[in-house]
Amino acid sequence: MSKYKAVIGLEMHCEFKSNSKVFSSARNSYSEIPNENISAVDMAFPGILPVVNKKCVRDALMMSMVLHCKQPEFMYFDRKNYYYPDLPKGYQITQMTEPVGIDGCIEIECNGERKKVFIHDIHLEEDTASLDHYYDTSCIDYNRAGVPLVELVTEPCLNSAEEAVTFLETMRSIYKYCDVSEADTKKGQIRCDVNISIMDWDATEYGTRVEIKNVNSFGGVRDAINYEIKRQSELKDAGRYSEVEQETRRWDEEEGKTIRMRSKVDAIDYKYFVDPNLPKFKIAKEWLEEIKKDIPLLPLERKEKYIRELGLSDYDAGIIVKERNYAEYFEECLELGIDAKTASNWLSTQILGQINEKEISLKEFYLTPTLLKQIVEEVNKGTISSKQAKEVFYKSIDEKKEPKSFITNDMTQISDKRELENIINTILEENRNQVKEYKNGKDNLFDYFVGQVMKNTRGKANPILTKDILKEKLNN
Amino acid sequence: MDKTIKELHEMLQNGEMTSKDLIQESLKKSYEVQEKYNAFVTILDDAKETPVTNNLLSGIPFGIKDNYSTKDILSTGSSNTLKNYVPFFNATAVEKLLSAGAVPINKTVLDEFGMGGTGTTGHTGIVKNPWDSTRITAGSSAGSACAVAAGVYPYALGSDTGDSIRKPAAYCGIVGYKPTYGMISRYGLFPFASSLDHCGVLARNVQDVAIVVDTMKGLDDKDMTTWDSSTIHLYENLDGKVGGKKLCYIKELCDIENYENPTEELKRHLENFKEKLAICEKLGMEVVEVSIDKKLLSALPSVYVAISCAEATSNLSNLTGILFGSRGEGRNIMEMMMDHRTKGFSPLIKRRFVIGSYILQKENQERYLKNAQRVRRLLVDTWKNLFKTFDAVILPVGSGPAKHLDSGNDILTKNAEILEEHLQIGNFGGFPSITIPDGFINNLPVALNITGNCYDDENVLNIAYAIESAMPYKNQIAKEVSHE
Repeated sequence: MSKYKAVIGLEMHCEFKSNSKVFSSARNSYSEIPNENISAVDMAFPGILPVVNKKCVRDALMMSMVLHCKQPEFMYFDRKNYYYPDLPKGYQITQMTEPVGIDGCIEIECNGERKKVFIHDIHLEEDTASLDHYYDTSCIDYNRAGVPLVELVTEPCLNSAEEAVTFLETMRSIYKYCDVSEADTKKGQIRCDVNISIMDWDATEYGTRVEIKNVNSFGGVRDAINYEIKRQSELKDAGRYSEVEQETRRWDEEEGKTIRMRSKVDAIDYKYFVDPNLPKFKIAKEWLEEIKKDIPLLPLERKEKYIRELGLSDYDAGIIVKERNYAEYFEECLELGIDAKTASNWLSTQILGQINEKEISLKEFYLTPTLLKQIVEEVNKGTISSKQAKEVFYKSIDEKKEPKSFITNDMTQISDKRELENIINTILEENRNQVKEYKNGKDNLFDYFVGQVMKNTRGKANPILTKDILKEKLNN
Repeated sequence: MDKTIKELHEMLQNGEMTSKDLIQESLKKSYEVQEKYNAFVTILDDAKETPVTNNLLSGIPFGIKDNYSTKDILSTGSSNTLKNYVPFFNATAVEKLLSAGAVPINKTVLDEFGMGGTGTTGHTGIVKNPWDSTRITAGSSAGSACAVAAGVYPYALGSDTGDSIRKPAAYCGIVGYKPTYGMISRYGLFPFASSLDHCGVLARNVQDVAIVVDTMKGLDDKDMTTWDSSTIHLYENLDGKVGGKKLCYIKELCDIENYENPTEELKRHLENFKEKLAICEKLGMEVVEVSIDKKLLSALPSVYVAISCAEATSNLSNLTGILFGSRGEGRNIMEMMMDHRTKGFSPLIKRRFVIGSYILQKENQERYLKNAQRVRRLLVDTWKNLFKTFDAVILPVGSGPAKHLDSGNDILTKNAEILEEHLQIGNFGGFPSITIPDGFINNLPVALNITGNCYDDENVLNIAYAIESAMPYKNQIAKEVSHE
């Protein structure tokens, strides 16, 4: 246990999916070409007005429900006023007075332990433009301006970098499960602010809170938190805790440290007020019910279900629920009558191995559950060995041909007892010395004999039957 | 050009004149008016005739206030910040008029971004009153009021945040109408205070404003505050049948006893107004005097300042000179933005920004903004309460005719401020409100205003139409008074 208790709160910004932007008709799509997806509204030409995208409101409300938040009676938006070149209107449309959700909580699982994370609020807003700074010029790309952004603010209830990152990973997975966001950190779709302080374990009051702005990767969040805990702890150890100031810092990824930006005293007054261009509208109960119905079974609940109802191990279940695609593939297998353990084994080893190696998504993967079933059935019938099954699996995906076409009579296992006995007799004859050694107590030679049988039959011998016959012959 | 829209339309249809003739006459007039009164930012010399269709507005010239975004046409908001700004899109209201075949002839001067009531603060200089060029037109739709009164065309677009259509209409002896909030899309109107901004029109008779607004109005998917008014037909419903309608006027504003040492002008203005009330009764309407708490009324101007300045300071934050407007100078972007704004805005606007910014500060919001919003609600509720009993409120506009450009020459009556500012209630509540000329004082026009409940535009216009028909001030063209 570390010397001090760390108290961490997170602000997680995530860009959401939609056809058009949250307040304009421009396309909401990631693009490497600057200023491709823009409209007059995104660039704040005089006279433009915002029009809210209903799909974005729906998705934000869904997340509010997932996080067990309270939803407001009316939906409306506020303006957050400040000057910055990436903010074309000079204000950002966000939610301050009535966020789409308040006072929620969600469970995370960190190192096998469940923990409740309390949510202060979740709100819908618009993203800003992005700036590229060069030696003597700066370029503004408005593609991002107006992209729907959902900001989630936790209470200060996390106590380690690990918990913080686990929470972020959980949320990313939920966003993807609910299909509201690609949640891709590489595309800058997730950005975090971290609030962090330290205190003595027996203290009742929080320490001085430092805010770290714009951390753009989960690794960055982990490192920034650890750096800051260390920095604050060292000052406290040295009796210089008063030097920890209530301030805003930024995370410098290259240097691996946090750097002071401004003191809390210089905090900006954002002069929030309700945006008169977006008339408030009542959120109908029926609509909320409809949205609720669309919430899928989320990873942790799903995992529990797999362990409880299907008898999967915690580890296997954990792998399957990691992405909605995986879980859906798995459940499709079950529907086709494939046994849960078999499906889980195939999925977590061969299949995920393949898609990771080929860097494709499970959706693009050739071997659908229906095709997988062809292999599994033959194994179950005893027609092919598990080793052969793997061979068929790889051939099938390499040549993109149904597994059936690789399962030939030639591959069929030798399950005929008499035929096997003949083969085994010959092998024992040829290995008399080893038989002698075995009988003198060298037990581990048993596998040698099995191996010889397999070699002789090119793996087609039914392994169970082979072992039975060998035991019978050798032990007598 | 001194004709009504309907007359012009008939002449065009009969072939008595062509759209081209009208445009040429209108352009010629524009140059005369520009010379004398400085009403325009841009005169569109290349204005092209349009085919005459069954649409009443087809082929007929009109003016556009320069705070409407007009595609490929300079749109300045009468501000140095946008002195070279040429938009690439049309305001929805303009687009609708163009689709009807209407022909824009010029862009008219306003008080910078609509923030002023004199017509003297545009970046191209002062607009003078065509009835008396030593006087103001009032504002902010100054150029539009001046041009319509001078007979450049039958109508011009205006915008109204406090009384910016209805006051200059009064001072220029014409009709000014702003419909219910959200009836005309604000998309493409340069914003001043979004919760108070209205599009509207200035013309020389009630029928004309009805025709124009019928075309401008409608649900717009670019403006979420618009509503479906497709069942409202303003022009068709002008039948002048007002028997049994109930009007009220407010004692605290109309009774001369309320003013200390009233000027002769104010006396005559209120007397004239009372005479017009008698006309209303003659038309079969019931006219009732009501009383409203003076304290509430006197809060009106400060409520307006608080709300409009707060919204304005935010609305005009997009003017940084980065994307459009002249690029400022500086070592970094922040300095460039600051330079652009410092040089671009007039001191008057800056003052409003400072007030607005102060009001929006976290520690001041409760005291100023929230309280202003509460009083706004009280005022609106008071008026809505009146509308339970009455079809409309009828009141005099201002405290007399137009003031002198050199305001030092004007003796203002103490306590007359509310009389000057009461039209703002129409903006607080989004009420349909129309000003029509109701007489002359010293050969200068004065006016009365009729304001009704939201969505009751047909009724309000019909009442105005009936009263207008019973008075001799319809379709008047400004005749300059002599100063001999």
